[in-house]
Parts: sequence; structure tokens; C-alpha cells
Amino acid sequence: MSPKTLYDKIWDAHVAHQADDGTCLLYIDRHLVHEVTSPQAFEGLRLTGRKVRAPDKTIAVPDHNVPTTWDREKGIDNEESRIQVEALDQNAKETGIHYYPVSDIRQGIVHIVGPEQGWTLPGMTVVCGDSHTATHGAFGALAHGIGTSEVEHVLATQTLIQKKSKNMKVEITGHLRPGVTAKDITLSVIGKTGTAGGTGYVIEYMGSAIEDLSMEGRMTVCNMAIEGGARAGLIAPDQKTFDYVQGRPHAPKGAQWEAALAWWKTLKSDPDAHWDKVVTLRGEDIAPVVTWGTSPEDVLPIDATVPDPSSFTGGKVEAAQRALDYMGLKPGQKLQDIQIDTVFIGSCTNGRIEDLRAAAEIVKGRKIKEGMRAMVVPGSGLVRLQAEEEGLADIFKEAGFEWRLAGCSMCLAMNPDQLSPGERCAATSNRNFEGRQGRGGRTHLMSPAMAAAAAVTGHLTDVRELS
Amino acid sequence: MDKFTTITGVAAPMPLVNIDTDMIIPKQFLKTIKRSGLGVNLFDEMRYTQDGKENPDFVLNKPAYRKSEILIAGDNFGCGSSREHAPWALLDFGIRSIISTSFADIFYSNCFKNGILPIVLKPEEVAVLMKDAEKGENARITVDLESQTVTSADGEVFHFEVDAFKKRCLLEGLDDIGLTMEKASAIDAYEKAAAVERPWV
Repeated sequence: MSPKTLYDKIWDAHVAHQADDGTCLLYIDRHLVHEVTSPQAFEGLRLTGRKVRAPDKTIAVPDHNVPTTWDREKGIDNEESRIQVEALDQNAKETGIHYYPVSDIRQGIVHIVGPEQGWTLPGMTVVCGDSHTATHGAFGALAHGIGTSEVEHVLATQTLIQKKSKNMKVEITGHLRPGVTAKDITLSVIGKTGTAGGTGYVIEYMGSAIEDLSMEGRMTVCNMAIEGGARAGLIAPDQKTFDYVQGRPHAPKGAQWEAALAWWKTLKSDPDAHWDKVVTLRGEDIAPVVTWGTSPEDVLPIDATVPDPSSFTGGKVEAAQRALDYMGLKPGQKLQDIQIDTVFIGSCTNGRIEDLRAAAEIVKGRKIKEGMRAMVVPGSGLVRLQAEEEGLADIFKEAGFEWRLAGCSMCLAMNPDQLSPGERCAATSNRNFEGRQGRGGRTHLMSPAMAAAAAVTGHLTDVRELS
Repeated sequence: MDKFTTITGVAAPMPLVNIDTDMIIPKQFLKTIKRSGLGVNLFDEMRYTQDGKENPDFVLNKPAYRKSEILIAGDNFGCGSSREHAPWALLDFGIRSIISTSFADIFYSNCFKNGILPIVLKPEEVAVLMKDAEKGENARITVDLESQTVTSADGEVFHFEVDAFKKRCLLEGLDDIGLTMEKASAIDAYEKAAAVERPWV
């Protein structure tokens, strides 16, 4: 038998039908659903008289539109947002899929709720009408985002029409230095490959620096695989994965756990498997990084300066100039001199308990800069409860942060949490696109610890100088 | 879904690289529960000024391009979010084909589900078409799906690749859910076997 990658193995286990031209029907084990990309899909089923084929494999939760303020029980003011959430309430009820409504303590960002509840397991295929579905790859699950037509296709058939992607290996050797996190790994990889470097590939992240990461850190790394253009990011499951999964509400139990574990332990790339592309970074070479532009590939170490657009080539020259104009920055300016108005800690990239612990460690015993607007938005109701029990919420509140309820919040600003034109934000989210956090808003992406440091000093800051 | 066969017309030039789905359709327009009506907000933040007036410098506001059905775009068009609102907005405006050196994966497949043909050509070929597009009404190009060709204003013919299944669905305007449901027995058989091999799923 020819050697296989982890992606090859999961793919082969899920082909329900293969046509002569290689087009496959890939069976989907878990279909996650949120309110923004699903209403048209459910409407499509109704119009064609089709049913949800596997309601017990379909899990829905509202996250993008929900207010994260403490008065959200009074309902959603914005009429369109409210209608979208109500449509999901109704669609979930009518079709009998699993559902965590806004009022449920388990509600949160779909990519945090899935793993937390044990829906995401190694070796599965997981899809969602959301590009950050790549997050679930941290468990050794093949997970990727789909459009609404594909959401409808999966609802109706529990399969997707797919052609296989190519295999890409991203190896992070050695170990990270103090102050450097999973976020710095994933941003540094995108800085190296570019936002189209992964197009057409499924990435497997490996190497000792990846093995060192917690499950939370691995989710951060895989979450941004899409920002590098890849269909999905994967990390082979190991004891950390099994320990994280065991005992979760929807994880297998008893004899089924043993059977699952036996299969999961086979889920790794064979030593001589073929890779179509290989990228290697030394863990020791990775610094705490921030983005300076309007693409996640615009990444530099915190001690660098804003680049000159003329240092780029091709279409990137114009794009970099446009980015600097939009961001209000000048070539040669020190990144650490950039003043920050707002800090956002949260999102499916960095809204998990470990992220909040890392930020709290920096904030503890300090105050945020006067005039700073800073908020922490836990990724799920359960993350919030845990952070409150651990005393993290008090640390943030005493420092001057707003402590919020769970949701996507200012990552994409579909709810009231938005930036104003020209407002500059240190964000732990995943996209620094023009207008992403609000029209004219300026986003710098970074790790939770770096965002916390910026909140304290009022400017982009090297966290290693604070901790 | 509307069939796609051939289009001839003035293409709109958008040479910017990494045009993302937040640029194509900003998030405030994702709150709809319909597929239609998004064309007016296509490229909203580039197309309109802060006070809601048309920005006369934006390409689709210029007289020559207000009815363009073809876009010529910079590298990595459609990167970012999976929102199908991006192709819905393009289609609602009237765009039926986009030509670039590369597309983001999810956006690329979303286009085919909506009767839009995304075409990948070599950088030097895109450059020829970009020049044509910049000439406005003086240069018309032709996209032909059946022959998999794009013809420049000067008659230069560029061949492009497209997956055979996606091509057929687009040419015939087929509903791929219906096609998959014809294979229900294969899906049933897979489910039965998987329930034995991986009962915990």
C-alpha cells in the first residue's frame, strides 16, 4: 500500500461515491450551522420539498449577530439581525437539528462550541458555512468552510461534491521562545507563504513546536489556515487531543471510546508520504508579530518598522500603498510607536480559556491606558463561566476592560460592537481587511498577550518587555 | 440557475490584488435572509462615499462599465470569508464572469453554484485583457465556456481549464443537489458501512 498523508487517510474513509472523472461525494460527519449563512439554504429545502437528511449530525448556534452586552435578554435591537437569529430558531425547531439558542449557557462561537461539546472528533469530516471551520482541524478532523449552496447540499444529502486538494506540509521545528504563541506561528506562516500560498492545498502542521502546543493553541493555528488560502489545516491527534476530547458531552464512551481511540491512533501521515509543497520554519526564529496592513500576510515582528511599498513587487506595490493610506501609516515608522484606541480580545481564533489566561497574566495588577476602549468577549458561555471561576474576569474588569457575553462580536462587527472610521484596534481576531471591524476601522492582528500589552501601554508593544 | 454559454462585452478592470469578500460585500449586508437584491451594495465601501453618494472614481460607477458582465481582477480574488453573498451580489449587479490569475478556493466554488464563471489565466494573458478593459467601450472581449476560450479585443485567443462536471452544470444550468440525490443508494450504503466501522460518529 502506498504511503498516505493524514489528509489522504481521512479523505479515503469518507468517499461515498466516486465518478469516472474523479469527482467524489464526500460524506460529512458533522455539519455546523450559524444564522448568517444558513437561512437561504433552509429556504431552498422548503422550496424544493427536500428534508434535512441527518438532523442528528447537524448542530446549530447563533453567534455572528448576537449582542454581547449584558442586557441581551431584552432582545436584538437591529431588526435584520433579529430576523436572522429568529430564522435559525425556527429552522432548528422545524428540522430537529441540535441547537444552542442565545439563552443557552453553552451558546457561543460555533467553532468554539463544536469542540467544547465533543461534536468535533479526530478523523471526522466537519463543514460549516464559515471559512474559519478550519479550526476543527486541530483535532485531526478534515474541516473546511463552504458556501450557502453547499450548506443546502449537505443538509439535503449529508455529502459534498469534492475533488481532492493537494498535500502541503508546514513544519515548525524546535521550540518557541518565551512570549511567542500559537498566533505568532500562524501569522508568521501566512507572512511567509502569502494569503494565496495555500490555495488548492490542505495543510498539515507538524513539528516539535506544534506538538508543544495545547489544544487551544492548535485550534488557533488551524483557524487561520484559510487566511493562508488553504482549504483546511490539520494537526495529527495525539494524547493531548484524546485527553481534551475524553468526557465531553458528545464524545464516545465505554467500549466505543476504546474502539475510537484505536482508530484515532492510526491517524498520522506515513513517514514517506508524498507532499506537494513543504514549508519549514524554526520555532526559535518566530517573534511576537503584528500586522501592519489590510491583508493577514502583512505580518512583521513587533520590533520592525512599517515597510516601504516600493520594497514589494508586482500588484503588491499598489496594494501596500493602499494599505498604508487606509491604515494611516508611513514607511519607516516604528511599529511600537503606533498608538491604539481600542483592544478586542476574543473571536474563534483567540476566544478560548487559554487565550484569556494569557491576556490576564499581562493585565494582572495593571490598568489599561486612560481613554482606551478595551473588551474581552469569551468564545462561549462556558468559557465565560470558567474564566469567571478562575478569577480572570475580575482581573480584566479591575484593569478597566469590559467583560462581555459570548459571540463573534467585533471580529466582524455584525452586532453593535464596531470600530468608527479611523479608530485603531489591537485585535486577537483573524482578518485585518478594510472595513472588517467597521467602515474605516484600522485593525492590527496579534496574540492575546500582545493585545493585552497594547491595552496597558496604549501603543503596539513587545510583550516580552512587559512580562 | 441561469445557464452560461458565451458573453461578449466590455470588461471592468480591477487590478488590485487580494480583493476580499469583505470588499465585495461588507458584513452589514449579510443580514438578509434572501439571495437577491445585493447588487446595489456590491463593493459598497469602494463604490459609495461615507455619505452614500457614488464615488465617481470607482470603476463600476464610470459610464463604460456600469453594465459590465465581465471583471478582470488582480491575484487572489475573493479571499476571506465563505459568504456566498459575494457571488450573489456580483450576479445581482450583472457580473457573469471574472478573470484573474487566481481565486480563493471557497469563492471559486461558490461562483459555479450561481451561474458565474471564474476563469484562471496566466499573468501575461490577464495583463492583455486588463489593458483591453482599461480601453472601455473601445475594446470588447468574449468568454466562451463550451470552447473554454477568452478572446481579446485584438482577436488573441486564450484557453482556460475548467472542471468537466462544473462545466456541464454551468452550460446546462443544472441543480447539483438533484444530481447528488440520484446517488442516494451510494450514500445509504456508505452510511451503513460507516455505522459498523465507526459507530461513535
